[in-house]
Amino acid sequence: MATDSQLAMWEVFMQSKPGANYIHAGCVHASDKKMALQNARDTYTRRGEGTSIWVVPSDAIVASNPEDDDMFFDPANDKVYRLPTFYVMPEGAKAI
Amino acid sequence: MELMEKAGKIHEELLKSFEAKIERGDAIEPRDKMPDAYRKHLIRQMSQHAHSEVIGMQPEGNWITRAPSLRAKQILLAKIQDEGGHGLYLYSAAETLGISRAEMIEQLHSGKAKYSNIFNYPSLTWADIGAIGWLVDGAAIVNQVSLQRTSYGPYSRAMVRICKEESFHQRQGYEIMAKMMKGTKDQQEMAQDAMNRWWWPSLMMFGPHDSESPHTGDAVKWKIKRHSNDELRQKFIDKTVQQAEVIGLTIPDKDLKWNESRGCYDHGPINWDEFYRVIGGHGQCNKQRMAHHIKVHNEGAWVREAAEAYRLKKEKQLLHS
Ligand SMILES: [Fe+2]
Ligand SMILES: [Fe+2]
Ligand SMILES: [Fe+2]
Repeated sequence: MATDSQLAMWEVFMQSKPGANYIHAGCVHASDKKMALQNARDTYTRRGEGTSIWVVPSDAIVASNPEDDDMFFDPANDKVYRLPTFYVMPEGAKAI
Repeated sequence: MELMEKAGKIHEELLKSFEAKIERGDAIEPRDKMPDAYRKHLIRQMSQHAHSEVIGMQPEGNWITRAPSLRAKQILLAKIQDEGGHGLYLYSAAETLGISRAEMIEQLHSGKAKYSNIFNYPSLTWADIGAIGWLVDGAAIVNQVSLQRTSYGPYSRAMVRICKEESFHQRQGYEIMAKMMKGTKDQQEMAQDAMNRWWWPSLMMFGPHDSESPHTGDAVKWKIKRHSNDELRQKFIDKTVQQAEVIGLTIPDKDLKWNESRGCYDHGPINWDEFYRVIGGHGQCNKQRMAHHIKVHNEGAWVREAAEAYRLKKEKQLLHS
């Protein structure tokens, strides 16, 4: 007999209402796109948690490495001029 | 020698930075470095938790076709479907630790992985469905609420999702019990009988007393476990006693009494011999539960095979078009 496969893994992302960001909900197993979408609906939207679903094959996800956090995310810290609070506004100026 | 010393040092440093992270209250994510023992403990606990959700569908499934009304049947179906979902959330959270779904199922079937002992008891009457929802889910909720703050991110997120769904489970069970206690004398007796049979096994769900619990040390230090077995058990007793009183059920423990100085209930001794006897495979339903799971798993194999064959065929067609 062929080895019993539990089918491929897919990551599920859900949009809670129109206009909202898609947020990772979890995973499902499925053999193809259609089944992945149906399984995601059955598993993650039993109470109207979402209005739209994305499914992505898990092995298509590329993730940053926790060890590279410094190299990856530090450069932002010394560029405070990217934040509006960095700038000195003339006294009396309104609505800026 | 020098090399081994160096490796030891690196290992020590990794452990230190891991524990510092836990100390700060940061969540651990799948790609983070973690001690083998942490990973192992989580795989054991999470797969056991997942198996419990799935095996727990059996005692309740036993009553779907005999539910006393269409309303009751719809509710029970939805509840059991949720439990299947809980199993899936937890399997996929456990898979992030590097164990496959097939391995977990294999470990369940070989007996290497356990599931909650409570599901080795039979569901004899309709009142048992009430008692399971109210007491068994009630006990599970106390544990799961605590686990929402567990240190492993995917486990914690699964718990948050599960807890949202669980409160309906407990309420539907309590409603069944309340309804029966308002019914005929026979119905009241049936409800009390279910209470008598499920109370003590529910208390055992929290596991051995803290003084006897072999897995607690590291699990607490690494914040996998946030409250001890006895703390959680106490919480469950304290909130359930009042609920029983309201509907006129008696808790089958003659030693149960309010302890003014501790500010909680004292309870009588738990029969741990029974607990270990059932865990050891000698409960009423151990064999039946496992045989059923294996049978359904094997009977479903052709569906998975067909799905794979269909995918391959589609991929080939795409290649040639
Ligand atoms: Fe559940
Ligand atoms: Fe449950
Ligand atoms: Fe439940």
